Amino acid sequence: MSLESKIPAGPLAEKWEKHKFNVKLVNPANKRKFNIIVVGTGLAGASAAATLAELGYNVDAFCFQDSPRRAHSIAAQGGINAAKNYQNDGDSVFRLFYDTIKGGDYRSREANVHRLAEVSTEIIDQCVAQGVPFARDYGGLLDNRSFGGAQVSRTFYARGQTGQQLLLGAYSALTKMVNTGKVKMHTRKEMLDVVTIDGAAKGIVTRDLVTGKVESHAGHAVLLCTGGYGNVFFLSTNAMASNGSAAWRAYKKGAKFANPCFTQIHPTCIPVHGDYQSKLTLMSESLRNDGRVWVPKDKKHAKITAAEAVKLPESERDYYLERRYPSFGNLVPRDVASRNAKMVCDEGRGVGVTGLAVFLDFADAIKRDGQKTIEAKYGNLFDMYKQITADNPYEVPMMIYPAVHYTMGGLWVDYNLSTNVPGLYALGEANFSDHGANRLGASALMQGLADGYFVIPYTIGDYIATLPLGQAVDKSNPAFAEAEKAAQARIDKLLNIKGNQTPDDIHKKLGHIMWEYCGMSRNKEGLEKARGMIQELRKEFNKDLKVIGANEELNMTLEKALRLEDFLELGELMVIDAHNRSESCGGHFREESQTEEGEALRQDEEFSYVAAWGYEGEGKDPSLTKEDLVFENVKLTQRSYK
Amino acid sequence: MAGKTINIKLKIWRQAGENKPGKFESYEVNDVSVDMSFLEMLDVLNENELKKGSDPIHFDHDCREGICGMCSLYINGKPHGPKHGITTCQLHMRTFSDGETIVVEPWRASAFPVLKDLVVDRTSFDRIMQAGGYVTVSTGGVPDANEIAIPKTVADEAMDAAQCIGCGACVAACKNASAMLFTSAKVSQLALLPQGGAERKRRALAMVEQHDAEGFGACTNTGACEAVCPKEISITHIARLNREFTRASFSGNETDYQN
Repeated sequence: MSLESKIPAGPLAEKWEKHKFNVKLVNPANKRKFNIIVVGTGLAGASAAATLAELGYNVDAFCFQDSPRRAHSIAAQGGINAAKNYQNDGDSVFRLFYDTIKGGDYRSREANVHRLAEVSTEIIDQCVAQGVPFARDYGGLLDNRSFGGAQVSRTFYARGQTGQQLLLGAYSALTKMVNTGKVKMHTRKEMLDVVTIDGAAKGIVTRDLVTGKVESHAGHAVLLCTGGYGNVFFLSTNAMASNGSAAWRAYKKGAKFANPCFTQIHPTCIPVHGDYQSKLTLMSESLRNDGRVWVPKDKKHAKITAAEAVKLPESERDYYLERRYPSFGNLVPRDVASRNAKMVCDEGRGVGVTGLAVFLDFADAIKRDGQKTIEAKYGNLFDMYKQITADNPYEVPMMIYPAVHYTMGGLWVDYNLSTNVPGLYALGEANFSDHGANRLGASALMQGLADGYFVIPYTIGDYIATLPLGQAVDKSNPAFAEAEKAAQARIDKLLNIKGNQTPDDIHKKLGHIMWEYCGMSRNKEGLEKARGMIQELRKEFNKDLKVIGANEELNMTLEKALRLEDFLELGELMVIDAHNRSESCGGHFREESQTEEGEALRQDEEFSYVAAWGYEGEGKDPSLTKEDLVFENVKLTQRSYK
Repeated sequence: MAGKTINIKLKIWRQAGENKPGKFESYEVNDVSVDMSFLEMLDVLNENELKKGSDPIHFDHDCREGICGMCSLYINGKPHGPKHGITTCQLHMRTFSDGETIVVEPWRASAFPVLKDLVVDRTSFDRIMQAGGYVTVSTGGVPDANEIAIPKTVADEAMDAAQCIGCGACVAACKNASAMLFTSAKVSQLALLPQGGAERKRRALAMVEQHDAEGFGACTNTGACEAVCPKEISITHIARLNREFTRASFSGNETDYQN
């Protein structure tokens, strides 16, 4: 089978405009005859649900939290990129496009990324119109800052809570449409399956998290806006309940999963401090604008504490990012910063009790700008750090270490954001399309909102217009009852294993395997070993899982078990993908493919493609379909931040 | 990190479901690292309970970094525990001492019915928002973001209000179970910004009406809400809501919305 990306012909900068004209339109009076299901209410889901409802579609929106406002987009700190060029520093749509495609290490589609850069400016306008209180300067106009890996100031922000403010903006738009009755909001409902009829998506099965009721919902199209799958690693910066199940269930119903091994390990997180640890806390990488990253030059100073670090003379410190990358310094992209932190720790120069940490030091910035200025910029982040570690970053350097943060991989989608299953769409982090092998800082918020506000409202018409008018999806079709029955059977199976290990016990084991063999650095041997280990762990899960209580109640252990069952399969696909891609690119570092200086070495001849994996049945190897990436507007170069 | 550990006792509210009887149960957790967060301590307790074959204590939580507003918990008589300006997930065990008994309850308010143990239903907050907590603007066709200049101080004050995470601590702390701090945070944010101006009267009236309909109590300016708010939202915003509400009550005429 081949995958049709549906990228429009013509010059790059005209593709989206032309496509918008060419997509089929649905008459405003007819839109109300169609029901759209939106799963997830983060930036992508809330903005899509609101906008589709504004256009006239009937929308059913689902989230597993108690309110759509709690989706994990809310935790994004640093900012959102847009090619406004308000700072007159040479930014443009093309530059944002170029930075993003280069930052993604040339593993994303030119056309998608250019469209993202184009609509970025509209997003800012939209958010301001909603009342999002972005930071402003004294003249009353919007302020910008530069952000991880960018040499222009194009990042808009709202203190350290940009994700929160953007999500609350999208939530307010959603809320407005709930009030009009055009969106029906279903909270505390988790999607367990996609319902397909004749190969097209026609609904979903959900479990009510309070009553346990398993039921199905019909729609003419289903939008999965369900975020990433970083929690496959157990420890990540994701929220506790973030999961990959919706995407995984879509995969098992025929949707292709693209580049699953592309995971972003964020360089600035608070290091792990104990086995009991439940999640990792991100410190916004905006901190790297002023903080200097270092470790001791000599191993004899390894594992020093932050208090001891203050006394270590300058001559004994290795500001390794500034040394190795003089032009980008501490602002190198995330994958580069993370890998370097791992490298210096592997050399035995890591700091803190575990030796798995590096310093992020603000002493120079405070000396230069004064504590007040630093406080105004990062006050809430410093407070958060102090709260967690009991160290005061105004006095001693922070300790940071990389942690799993974002998944660039996801459901394969075409230019219309449609998966290969007709009527099934994936938006935001749930799809694979815009970030290639590494996402630049402040681009996730941009993509979520671009997909929801400005892409899907146009592109969905191309599909909806092909459906017969005035025909509701027939819920008496046996596909619905069958999907409900299968979901119920899964639940019963898990409740009846009655073993000895809790979901967390097994999830932690999976996390260790993934981090060790499919984390910041990967090799053939390790990946082969990991695959076997995951298969064994799955057997353990099926034999020895312990879940207490019944389905017909609020049962958080059961929720965890259901998500974990999917992670145990998804983890294996990540390993298979990482094994197949024997090049290094972006966040995917294969030890076999590196430059003499230890930088990631791409193999463009062989791997300039999207790896889209298809489900072939229980116990069978997945099939690989390659979508070749065509670069007509940028020249593929080895990424250099020297 | 091998560090200091403490032993603690817990008295936790258990309730099988909405409208079912509940009671306090006692637990002990030993060798608690002081670097653990409060919720991680509950995780440890829950893993132990699960292994013993008892149903774990249900509590809401998600982001665990103080921003999603999902975690709640009334700890030793205070929403989000004894420390100021943080959520429960940001509370660490170093706050407690060895041998201490910690009492944990759900938010208590009739507008927040208990769903199970420490989990409450806060959808009443969503319904207050649905009544008018937005600017009626559709996607597309909006002016350039820099077309309106907003003084930095005004934008900053709007941001102070906008930081509300909708956790409900204000309601839990209030003797009247009033949600005025929550409601005012949104009314105030949008009243401060020019974008919210056109609908300010309608918004203030509709949101307060919904607030009352949900069964939240009246505000008597006690200030407990401000004292416990994890985002330190000031009751100045309630004052602004009162002004907005009073003005709208006297003249619902939107032609003079600027006054």
